[in-house]
Amino acid sequence: MTAVAATRAPEPALEREAVRSWKVPIALAIFTLVALVLFVALGRDGTSTFRLSTEADAFRLPDLALPTRAGCIVLTVLMAAITAYSVVRSRAARKTPLWLIALFGVLFVVAFLTWASAGAAVPVPGLLVGTLGLSVPLIFGALGGVIGERVGVVNVAIEGQLLAGAFASAVVASVTRQPLIGLIGAMVAGMLVSFVLAAFAIKYLVDQVIVGVVLNVLVTGITSFFFSKVLTPNASVLNSPPKFSRIEIPVLSDIPIIGPALFRQTIIVYVMYVAVALVWFFLFKTRWGLRLRSVGEHPQAADTVGINVARTRFWNVSLAGAIAGFGGAYLTLGAVGSFNKEMTAGAGFIALAAVIFGRWDPLRATLAALLFGFAQNLQNVLSIIGSPVPSEFMLMLPYVVTIVAVAGLVGQSRAPAASGKPYIKS
Amino acid sequence: MKLELRGITKRFGALTANDAISLTVEPGEIHALLGENGAGKSTLMNVLYGLYQADEGSILLDGVEQHFAGPGDAMRAGIGMVHQHFMLIPVFTVAENVMLGHEQTKAIGRLDLAAARARVREISDRFGFDVDPDARVEDLPVGVQQRVEIIKALSRDAKVLVFDEPTAVLTPQETDELIAIMRQLKAAGTSIVFITHKLREVRAVADRVTVIRLGKVVGEADPQSTNAELASLMVGRSVELTVQKEPAKPGDEALVVRNVSVLDPNGQKVVNNVSFEVRRGEILAIAGVQGNGQTEITEALLGLQPHVSGEILLDGKSLIGLPVRKVLDAGVGFVPEDRTEDGLVAEFTIAENLMLNRSTGEPFVKGGTLQLGYLNEFAEQKRKEFDIRTQSVQSHVGRLSGGNQQKVVLARELSRDLRLFVAAQPTRGLDVGSIEFVHTRIVQSRDAGIPVIVVSTELDEVVALADRIAVMYRGSIVGIVPGDTPRDVLGLMMAGEKPTEVAA
Repeated sequence: MTAVAATRAPEPALEREAVRSWKVPIALAIFTLVALVLFVALGRDGTSTFRLSTEADAFRLPDLALPTRAGCIVLTVLMAAITAYSVVRSRAARKTPLWLIALFGVLFVVAFLTWASAGAAVPVPGLLVGTLGLSVPLIFGALGGVIGERVGVVNVAIEGQLLAGAFASAVVASVTRQPLIGLIGAMVAGMLVSFVLAAFAIKYLVDQVIVGVVLNVLVTGITSFFFSKVLTPNASVLNSPPKFSRIEIPVLSDIPIIGPALFRQTIIVYVMYVAVALVWFFLFKTRWGLRLRSVGEHPQAADTVGINVARTRFWNVSLAGAIAGFGGAYLTLGAVGSFNKEMTAGAGFIALAAVIFGRWDPLRATLAALLFGFAQNLQNVLSIIGSPVPSEFMLMLPYVVTIVAVAGLVGQSRAPAASGKPYIKS
Repeated sequence: MKLELRGITKRFGALTANDAISLTVEPGEIHALLGENGAGKSTLMNVLYGLYQADEGSILLDGVEQHFAGPGDAMRAGIGMVHQHFMLIPVFTVAENVMLGHEQTKAIGRLDLAAARARVREISDRFGFDVDPDARVEDLPVGVQQRVEIIKALSRDAKVLVFDEPTAVLTPQETDELIAIMRQLKAAGTSIVFITHKLREVRAVADRVTVIRLGKVVGEADPQSTNAELASLMVGRSVELTVQKEPAKPGDEALVVRNVSVLDPNGQKVVNNVSFEVRRGEILAIAGVQGNGQTEITEALLGLQPHVSGEILLDGKSLIGLPVRKVLDAGVGFVPEDRTEDGLVAEFTIAENLMLNRSTGEPFVKGGTLQLGYLNEFAEQKRKEFDIRTQSVQSHVGRLSGGNQQKVVLARELSRDLRLFVAAQPTRGLDVGSIEFVHTRIVQSRDAGIPVIVVSTELDEVVALADRIAVMYRGSIVGIVPGDTPRDVLGLMMAGEKPTEVAA
C-alpha cells in the first residue's frame, strides 16, 4: 500500500509580538515602596537575631545576628534592584522570570522579619515547625481540590470536608480510644460530604459552587450544634480523643533547621508526604489519572471512547472528600487534641486558593499551601516575639498573601477545560 | 464488515428525528448519507455509535443483531467514528488520545506510553500520515487532528468507519487528501459511512448515496447524478443553487483598512499586516479555512479586539480605538459568526432582540423607559418584512430555528442606516431555503449602495456572493482576486499559495 498524503512542510509558527504587561513591575514597585516606608523611613534600631536551632538539636548552629537598620536598607536596595530590572524587562516586552519574583518575596519576608524582630530573637526552627503544622490541613484540602477539579467538579466543599473530618475523628477516636480508627472515621465523614456534592452536581446538575457553599454552611451548623449540645456536656467520653504522638525519624530529624520541622511529626504528616507523591504519580502516570483528566478536560470525548463520565466523576469526587476529611483529622488528633466549634476557620477556602495558585498540580498546590501556612504562622510568631504591628492587622496576613498570590501571580493559567461544567449527555 | 440498519426510529419528545430509517453498507463500500442540516443524519449515526438508544429498529453487523448500551460496546463491535467536532483532548498528546479508553498498562497501573507510541507510528506509517505521537493535539493543524481521529478509530480495529461531516473544517487540498485516504481504507476492506451535505464530495467518492430529509429516507441516488438532481432530492423541491445578481456597480471607496495587525492576549499575531478597501455597492468576500484570522479582523472592525494596530477608516473617519457603541453609531452593521453566542440573547423575545443595539435613545427609549408600543409595531413590521416564522414577536428567540434566528439578526442590523455591513458566516448551519433568503438580502444591501464584507469558510458561498475575494491564511491576506476566480485557484490560496496573477 502506498502513502497517499504528501508530506507537507511543517507549518511555521505564527509571528509573535509580546503584549507588554506592567502588572509585575507595578506590583514589585508597590512592595518596594512599602519596604522603603516601613523598613527604612520608619526603620528601627537594634539587633535582630535569628535563632537557627533548638535545644534538642544534635548539631547546633550559632544564632545569626543582624543590625536591624543596616540589614533592612541592604534588603530594600536589593528589592529596588529587582524592581528596576523588571521594569527594563517589561519595556522590552519580556516577562520577569518567576524565580526572580520568588526571590523578591523571600527578600521582603526576611526584611520584614528583620524589622519586626529588632531587639528580639526569631526562632527559625519554630517558625518552620509551625508552618508545616498549619499547612497540613491545607495540603490535604488542596489535594482533594486538585482531584475534584481535574475530574471536572469544583470542590468548594473542602471546608466542610475538613470540618466533618475533624469532628468525626474526634468522636470516633474518643469512643474507641484508637486514633487510627478516628482517621478512618474522618475519611468516611469527608466522603459523605462529597457524596452529597457529587449527587447534586453530577446527577441533578445543580451549580457546583452553590452546592459546595451550602454544604459548608450545613456542616458548620451541624457540627456546631452537636458540639454545644452533645460534645461539650459529655466531653470526657466524646471529645477527648487520644492524640498521635510524634515520631522522630533518626538521622533525618537531626538535619539543621529543616529536620525538626519535617521529621519530628505525627504519622498524619508522614502519610501526607506519601499522599502528595501518590496523587501526583497516579494523576499523571497511570490509567486512572489519564481517564480522570480526560473527563475533566473533555467529558464528551471521554464518553465516546467508552469511559463512564458520571461514575468517574462520582468516585473521584468521593475520593477527594476522603482525602480532605483525613486532613481534618490532623486538627483534632494531630494538633489540638479535641474538637472545637468552627475549628477549620476558613482553611478549606485557603486550600481552594492553593489549588488555583498551584495550577491544578498536586506538587505546586502543596508548595502554595506551605506558603499560605507560612503566612499564617508568621502572624503567630510575631505576636509572640512582640512585633510593632498590631496583631489584629497581622491576622489579615494569610488572606492578603492569598489574594496577592492568586490574583497577581497566577495570571492566565489554564484550568481543566470542563471544570465546574456539568456533563449533560444529549 | 457488512452493516445493516433496519427501521431505526428515534424520537425526542414530540420530534421524530429518525423515522424508520433503513440502510445497508457492504464491506469495502463508501456509502454517502446526504441530507440538510437537521435532517437527522447525526442522530442516526449517534444511534449507531451507541450514544443514543433507538426507540425502534435494529442494528446488524454481518447479519448479527447488536445491542449497544454505549460507545464502548459499539467500538468493541468494530464501529469507529470520526466526529465532526473532534473528540480529542486538546492538552493530551496524540499517543495519550489514541490510547484513552483502552490503555495498555505496566505494573501498578502505569501507562505503557511506549506501546501507544508504537501503535500510532505503525498506523500512521501504513497510511502515510506523518503524525508525531508526542505532539500535543492542540498544537496540530485541524487536518492533522482529523488524522488523529482516524488513527484513534483504526487503533481499535474498526471495520466500519463513520465520517461525520469530515470536510467542514478542511481546505480543498486537505479534502482531496481525505478523499484519497477514504479510498485507501476502502481498498483495505473497511466499510465507510460518509455523512455530508456537500454534493461535490459525494460525487467524488461515494459508491452509493442515500438521501435523508426530515428524518426519513427519501431515496437512493446514483453518485453520478448532477448537483441539481441531488439538491432537489435533498431539499424536496427544485432549488436555485446560484444567487441571482447583477454585476456590481462599485462607487467610492468607503472602508479603507491599512496595515492592520491584531494581537491575541498571548502576543500571537493573529492578524498580520492586512490591507484592503471596500467600495460602495460591492461585496468583498473574505475566504479562508476557519481560524486564519477572519474572526479577529471582523472583531477588530467592530472594536471588539483590544490590541489592534494600523488604520481603519470608514468614510474618512478612523474607527480604531473607538468603543463598540461609537462604531455602531458610525453605521456599521454586524452579523456575528455565532448567532446564538454573540448575535442574540436566547432568553429575550424577538422584539427585544430586535432593539438590542438601539437602547440608547429615541424612538425605542424615551426618558429611560422602553417604548413598548413602538417596539411591538416595529417588530411586527420586521417580522413581515423578513418573513420570520413565529407565533408571536413575544416568543423567545431561543425557540426559533437557526434560519429564523438569523433572520432576526439580519432584520436588526439591516433596519439601521448602514454605512458598512459585515456578515460573518451568515449562513452557517442554515437550510437551503434560508440560505437563499440570506443571500438575496445581502445582495439587496449591496445594490442599495452599502459596502458589504462577507466572511465565509464555504467556498460555494464565497463564489456565489463575491464581487472580489480576499483569501486569508495564517493571519495574512494571500491575495485579493476577482469574484470569478476558479475554485482550484482559491483552494490553493486557502492553503497559503500566492496566486500567479494578482488582480487589483
